Amino acid sequence: MAILSKEEAKKIIDKVLAFSKADEMSVGLSGNRTGNIRYARNSVSTSGETTDLSLSVTSVFGKKSGTSTINEFDDASLEKTVRRAEEIAKLAPDNPEYVPMLGAQQYLETNSFADSTAAINPDYRAKAAFDSIDPCVKKNLTAAGYLEDSAGFSALGNSRGLFGYNKSTSIDFSITVRTADGKGSGYAARDFNDASKLSTASATEVAMQKAMASATAKALEPGKYTVILEPTAGVDLLDNMMRSMDARNADEGRSFLGKKGGGTRLGEKLFDERVNIYSDPQNLEIPGSPFSGDGRPQEKVMWVENGVVKNMSYSRFWAQKQGVKAIAPPSGFIFQGGNESLADLIKGTEKGILVTRLWYIRAVDPQTLLYTGLTRDGTFYIENGQIKYPVKNFRFNESPVIMLNNVEAIGKPVRAGGNLVPPLKIRDFTFTSLSDAV
Amino acid sequence: MKRRDFMQMTGMGAGAFMLSSVPVIGNPVSAAQLLEPWIDVAAKKKFAEIALNAAKSKGATYTDVRIGRYLQQYLFTREKQVQNIVNAESYGVGIRVIANGTWGFSATSDVTAEGIAKCAATAVEIAKANSKFQKEPVILAEQKGVGDKTWKTPIKKNAFEIPIQEKIDLLMNVNGEAMKNGAGFVTSNMFFVNEQKYFASSDGSFIDQDVHRIWPTFTVTVTDKAAGKFKTRDAISSPMGMGYEYLDGLASEKIAGPNGLVGYRNSYDMVEDAINAAKQAKEKMTAKSVLPGKYDLVLDPNHLGLTIHESVGHPTELDRVLGYEANYAGTSFATLDKWESKNFAYGSKLVNIVADKMQPNTLGAVGYDDEGVPCKEWDIIKDGVLVNYQAIRDQVKIIGEKESHGCCYADNWNSVQFQRMPNISLKPGTEKRSVMDMIKGVEKGIYIIGRGSYSIDQQRYNFQFGGQVFYEIKNGQITGMLDDVAYQSNTQEFWNSCTQLCDKDDYRTFGSFFDGKGQPAQVSAVSHGSATSRFDGVNVINTGRKI
Repeated sequence: MAILSKEEAKKIIDKVLAFSKADEMSVGLSGNRTGNIRYARNSVSTSGETTDLSLSVTSVFGKKSGTSTINEFDDASLEKTVRRAEEIAKLAPDNPEYVPMLGAQQYLETNSFADSTAAINPDYRAKAAFDSIDPCVKKNLTAAGYLEDSAGFSALGNSRGLFGYNKSTSIDFSITVRTADGKGSGYAARDFNDASKLSTASATEVAMQKAMASATAKALEPGKYTVILEPTAGVDLLDNMMRSMDARNADEGRSFLGKKGGGTRLGEKLFDERVNIYSDPQNLEIPGSPFSGDGRPQEKVMWVENGVVKNMSYSRFWAQKQGVKAIAPPSGFIFQGGNESLADLIKGTEKGILVTRLWYIRAVDPQTLLYTGLTRDGTFYIENGQIKYPVKNFRFNESPVIMLNNVEAIGKPVRAGGNLVPPLKIRDFTFTSLSDAV
Repeated sequence: MKRRDFMQMTGMGAGAFMLSSVPVIGNPVSAAQLLEPWIDVAAKKKFAEIALNAAKSKGATYTDVRIGRYLQQYLFTREKQVQNIVNAESYGVGIRVIANGTWGFSATSDVTAEGIAKCAATAVEIAKANSKFQKEPVILAEQKGVGDKTWKTPIKKNAFEIPIQEKIDLLMNVNGEAMKNGAGFVTSNMFFVNEQKYFASSDGSFIDQDVHRIWPTFTVTVTDKAAGKFKTRDAISSPMGMGYEYLDGLASEKIAGPNGLVGYRNSYDMVEDAINAAKQAKEKMTAKSVLPGKYDLVLDPNHLGLTIHESVGHPTELDRVLGYEANYAGTSFATLDKWESKNFAYGSKLVNIVADKMQPNTLGAVGYDDEGVPCKEWDIIKDGVLVNYQAIRDQVKIIGEKESHGCCYADNWNSVQFQRMPNISLKPGTEKRSVMDMIKGVEKGIYIIGRGSYSIDQQRYNFQFGGQVFYEIKNGQITGMLDDVAYQSNTQEFWNSCTQLCDKDDYRTFGSFFDGKGQPAQVSAVSHGSATSRFDGVNVINTGRKI
């Protein structure tokens, strides 16, 4: 059984801890069952299922640490793993940035596990694929999609009394639908903890509509445009920015959060005042793990409030050195929004471009957080509140920092890639060239 | 058991990785364990035969078995300290079958007779279950069994046998020299991979291979806190299909370039490069911001390799052309009708691009691919015309060929093998020409070295590339360093603007160590050879911004 209960996990961890002869020891125990199905050209290409249960032991002597892993759980194997981790630790170089392990912690209750996802079997996946492929076949469209589901648990404990346990599930689905002549392409992606919220048929319907509607794209001149970024389009740029909020890089002067003359932009207004970004492991739409990988509690953290940088993330070492609280990087973020739907944003737009998806996003300049990439799978021209016609894809060169200073409107957030992201209406978004790609 | 972690690469330059994080596949073990022998060839053959028989008895019409042990040693340092040392081992058996005309795959870490027989039966069950949805039955190109064969990367020094301390000493020296020469921060890494893989198929092939790869790299950062500015320069090493001898830094493998630049062929001087990197990163701080416009580009092999990878390598993968990657990586502009026309001008007449899995010291070099096909070399673009694709056993019939190209690969025993890019290289020019000769003929140009930011659309038309170091060329002379440079072009337009190639003396390989493809994603390693090449009238943009 890949998913152990809290009691079963604690029993194994305690047993392993009792074998320790090191100064400190931590134990990680995790298991999951992951399944997937992939299809292209309206036919299933691969599918599989893997179960995994593994135990990882880290032993520490002074500032030397060693890790060993095993997937056998008899007493002799467990003890052997502890001895091996200790041997590796003794041979390791000193880590001058080693910070002693955390003691017992209080963790929030999060609700990241759904029975519906844990119950998924090969028949479910086959039907999910069929529900997506069949409507495409009927309309002479070509579907390529991927579904991956996972159910598992993660537990950790250490010789200083820390113990944490969490069960979680996830399901991720993405679908690209192309027209038979290759002139139109549409995309949709969904992710949930609870599989009962997923309809592959309705997500596919969105992709089908976009594929058919995008087939006769016109070329517009590259330049600065007002854009509406659907959550699927905005999420990657925002996620890249959120991953760049490390305090050490900022303190060292090699981050967009570094400041002329030294210091950081913590406490400065860097974005439009309507921009509010926070993380919360207890959010019902994106429930996350109650602890980070090193055992720190995940709590509600405000990252950007009214456009002001409120917090940066820290490693435990850097926080200790700076004498501040070691806030862990979040597992997902929530970009607060209003109540306007995507349709409302379109309705309120005189002239603009609707973007379904951004693709092949790469950092160009970490100093300004400039990224390049392209629009993909459904790009449309909006005039007088209506989608007028499909347009050819653009390459963009834009920084999320600049983009979040050019906010026109923020819609109602929806889940995208484990985050809550609103559709965003942005002025002066920089498209630098045209692409012939469909 | 599958264990695949991803290490986020903070502090590394934008261009250092194809993936934003580095995959670690396997369980942590001690460095000494990596040197312990695994089961011998006779035992592997016995296990393989159990799988072949078990699958056949359950109704498979074709079976292949990969019994593999995959070793990785990764070292991560910054400034004066070792951040992490990863020693990982992963072993097990992957069994792929055809039943009812459909593929089925299953893998197990239970390397016992019972475990393998059970795994084979599961593979057949999956094939039969999936056959209900099958629209196009699998037809494999014929491949005669090759019998018992062995192949080994011809390494001189097994990197796994070199003591960790020696490697750390080198990295500390690299970091120290960079700091001495003006770097504020340095991260340096070494990646070593050894694939010990045994392949057997119902065609009668039993192939034992021992594959080695190496990649030393670093990122140097220079900061100016007063100005609130920082600049980086990544290593211009290349990942190689070599042993630790790649780090010997042989003078005979260095190519002297203009402005004190050094190119490295099959031997890398990491300390020298770190010193140059620190000096160049400092110079970047005050380099002139480029004026956007059209320039003639002189592209160093350590830069051009990535452009070849993205704009020729990926679009000529037949599975992309056919639509199998439509939901993720995308499809391709290099459609079958263009190939069938026999006159699609992919590039100028100078452009000859070959695919191969043979070239010594490259990442792609093996004896046989992961479906037992002997490796070879073939043309992709000949005299500028698209003449072929990259195809494997279940695809070559689509392009009217009878033999697979031999470019099938799985990144682990528990991953299913599929079409992956072989080495894709631009042939050097036949006329004698050095980099200096080339620069002399350029009136308004930019000389670009190293891989930087890169992005290309899902059909591989429109791309944008940056680099590590940029020099302005005016009237045949390098006049100084430039900053904020990226070029944008269209694949066909770009390759047709190729007007000059340096000769074989300037030829070097570039490599990608962690190239991602597929869902679930798999990595592979591939090299791209070229000599410095000139492309005329390419659109250059300025990437400088203020926030």
